[in-house]
Amino acid sequence: MENLQSGYLFPEISMREFEHTQKYPDAELIRLGVGDTSQPIPDIITSAMAEQAQNLSTIEGYKGYGAEQGNTELRVAIAETFYKNTGVKGNEIFVSDGAQCDISRLQMLLGSNVTVAVQDPSFPAFIDSSVILGRAGKFQKETSKYGNVVYMNCSPQNDFFPDLQTTPRADIIFFCSPNNPTGYAASWHQLKQLVEFAKSNGSIIVYDSSYASYISDPTPTSIYEIPGAREVAIEVSSFSKFAGFTGVRLGWTVVPEELLYSNGFPVIKDYDRIVCTCFNGASNIAQAGGLACLSRQGYKAITSVVDYYMENTKIIYEALTSVGLKVYGGKNAPYIWVHFPGMSSWDVFNKILEKTHVVTIPGSGFGPAGEHYIRVSAFGHRDCILEASMRLKTMFS
Amino acid sequence: MSVMQSLSGSISSSSSAFLAPTNFTSSSRAQNVPLPAKSFRICKCVAAPQEQITAYKTKVSRNANVAKLQAGYLFPEIARRRTAHLQKYPDAKVISLGIGDTTEPIPEVITSAMAKRSYALSTLEGYSGYGAEQGEKALRAAIASRFYKNFGIEEDDIFVSDGAKCDISRLQVVFGSNVTMAVQDPSYPAYVDSSVIMGQTGQFQKDVEKYGKIEYMRCTPENGFFPDLSTVSRTDIIFFCSPNNPTGSAATREQLTQLVQFAKDNGTIIVYDSAYALYMSDDNPRSIFEIPGAKEVAIETSSFSKYAGFTGVRLGWTVVPKQLLFSDGFPVAKDFNRIVCTCFNGASNIAQAGALACLSPEGFEAMHEVIGFYKENTDIIVETFNSLGFKVYGGKNAPYVWVCFPGRSSWEVFSEILEKTHVVTTPGSGFGPGGEGFIRVSAFGHRENILEACRRFKELYK
Repeated sequence: MENLQSGYLFPEISMREFEHTQKYPDAELIRLGVGDTSQPIPDIITSAMAEQAQNLSTIEGYKGYGAEQGNTELRVAIAETFYKNTGVKGNEIFVSDGAQCDISRLQMLLGSNVTVAVQDPSFPAFIDSSVILGRAGKFQKETSKYGNVVYMNCSPQNDFFPDLQTTPRADIIFFCSPNNPTGYAASWHQLKQLVEFAKSNGSIIVYDSSYASYISDPTPTSIYEIPGAREVAIEVSSFSKFAGFTGVRLGWTVVPEELLYSNGFPVIKDYDRIVCTCFNGASNIAQAGGLACLSRQGYKAITSVVDYYMENTKIIYEALTSVGLKVYGGKNAPYIWVHFPGMSSWDVFNKILEKTHVVTIPGSGFGPAGEHYIRVSAFGHRDCILEASMRLKTMFS
Repeated sequence: MSVMQSLSGSISSSSSAFLAPTNFTSSSRAQNVPLPAKSFRICKCVAAPQEQITAYKTKVSRNANVAKLQAGYLFPEIARRRTAHLQKYPDAKVISLGIGDTTEPIPEVITSAMAKRSYALSTLEGYSGYGAEQGEKALRAAIASRFYKNFGIEEDDIFVSDGAKCDISRLQVVFGSNVTMAVQDPSYPAYVDSSVIMGQTGQFQKDVEKYGKIEYMRCTPENGFFPDLSTVSRTDIIFFCSPNNPTGSAATREQLTQLVQFAKDNGTIIVYDSAYALYMSDDNPRSIFEIPGAKEVAIETSSFSKYAGFTGVRLGWTVVPKQLLFSDGFPVAKDFNRIVCTCFNGASNIAQAGALACLSPEGFEAMHEVIGFYKENTDIIVETFNSLGFKVYGGKNAPYVWVCFPGRSSWEVFSEILEKTHVVTTPGSGFGPGGEGFIRVSAFGHRENILEACRRFKELYK
């Protein structure tokens, strides 16, 4: 724990927001920092959850402990909705209270003797949980990197996909696509390379597909679209950004039966043990909501909300591009990655906050390759998005 | 892998639900599903399918700590046995007094608050996204006020979670792998198992049925289920559950004062599990923080599971006082907060709305009624075993009855009871070697099932 350099990134941003509101109590703060969903959850889903809650007051409807791995119906629905034709089965799916929690459970599963590779920049929980589990080595101030972690640089120069030929081997490769924070979604060919890289190195990929529902072109939505992935990859995903469940808490992890440790022992057996010992299942109410999300009507309703956020993303993207900024992402993810060459990202963050009262996130919070970048998230009410876009345009024109 | 091996496949590291008959379409691969004994035949060895011989293995080593675990977690094992029994006797009316799973509906005042919160999430004004990872302010304040008033525990010492079992593992992550720990023997299996997973222990020693490096504090009728601290070696952490699962025993003020002093003298941290505190009939402390000095040595974890029937809804909390410091002076609460922000993302907002309703005057009264119901169940079970001449413990301050079967293997007794009465209990040795010779009977159930189970016990043991 001592090895962590500061607080977790997102509470730090919240703190800065708070300080800013203290300083400018009349300013209309617009939050495009923490990727927090803002739009109400469609009725069909919340009424399923309300109904489940009310059923708990009846003798027939009361449920106590659920299976730690999740309700069978929901596991099957997840398999059928997201993994059709990939061979993923319901019993390989572990329902949880969210991807962030699952990442730490996976870390506990893997233990402290494994080496880790992350994209640079990446979602901070991958590195932070690795540090906490004691396998990151010492933080090196000169490089802003932890000694034992392999950082796979993702930048415009390499089209935001790491050069695997120069990447050292690590036991575990964390890979998020569509990517938080860069917004880039890896292509089928790139993912094929990644799977082959993992296979030739005997590595395990932990593939975070939490933003898959934001993909609008034929880009893969699951690692299991790649042949051979079942033997090398775990996939983590979430209802948070898909269904506005950031507060309701529901996610899942796929561990294929074919995924084996070096001694032939199936990873899924140990993960099941972790889930049964360190967890007690996701809330049955959240699971009822999840099932409603995957009904025909529910899925349609949620997709409209995702479209709404993607429309937001387009608005911001166009606004920033129009004033000549170097803008990336924003096509298959609700994040826009803006390049400020030569500038410190915390400086840019502060300047933007001070001048426009818009909260963003400094890229260096996601790793050293995030320096000189700002992440703008596209969750928010349309009027806030339009207002923020206008303020940013004014600042940078 | 030969056909023989796959038939005798191990049941370890698996939960019953995992192996239970489901609607999953089965894959063509052998799945290590154990077959019931009677269908085991002599098999000719056949050549294994090509795909099994050349199954691809990664180069990632299995976590040696997880490999130390001897079998699946206790309660899924019990569930698996229950399922197997049901398959054997499909017409039997199996009564489950094994896993401590609540059965009675949740009072409406609580579920309607959760329904209301759910509907609110569909409105612009009522929608909320990420909540504070530590929990909603109003709930933290209500917990502090309801359970810890007068003990100097404040709202910001409270961390709301999705349950005590999850918190125990998060605490283990805070402590890391270099600490030593002590548990009561017998005790709730999550303490030991999470310790093994974190790498705090040595290997399992089959002769004594203990993991190396854990200090097992024997709790028996002879010592009034409170360990003789003068014989306990110092450890960094002590897990202490009171009212106790599985023995049902509740520590007195005097005993807890000793425990706090022991921790103080040794620079130890107590993790005090008070999940059954509201089941207390005697005038014993309900919180470790009733003991002066406890804030400097103890963390307390608790849950709405057994109070409000929230076993499936998932809500609990952990108290980490500001005064609790590591040896270098760093506040434990700061590290716990960091874990909560990094490895967790808050309890479900709907469950939190339910918990808040539990702590309203109406909700709290309603909860007490349900607790009272389970306590009556407990009385019935205690009376039954007493009348049969057994030595019976617990039951007064917890919804568990700890029945002694001197000289007998607890798994044998478990099997005998299951086979002959179709009642599921929990064998004491599942809670540690100190549980051998005992059976835990849990008192959660519909009244008619409790009465029927007791009738069957009387039949078997008359």
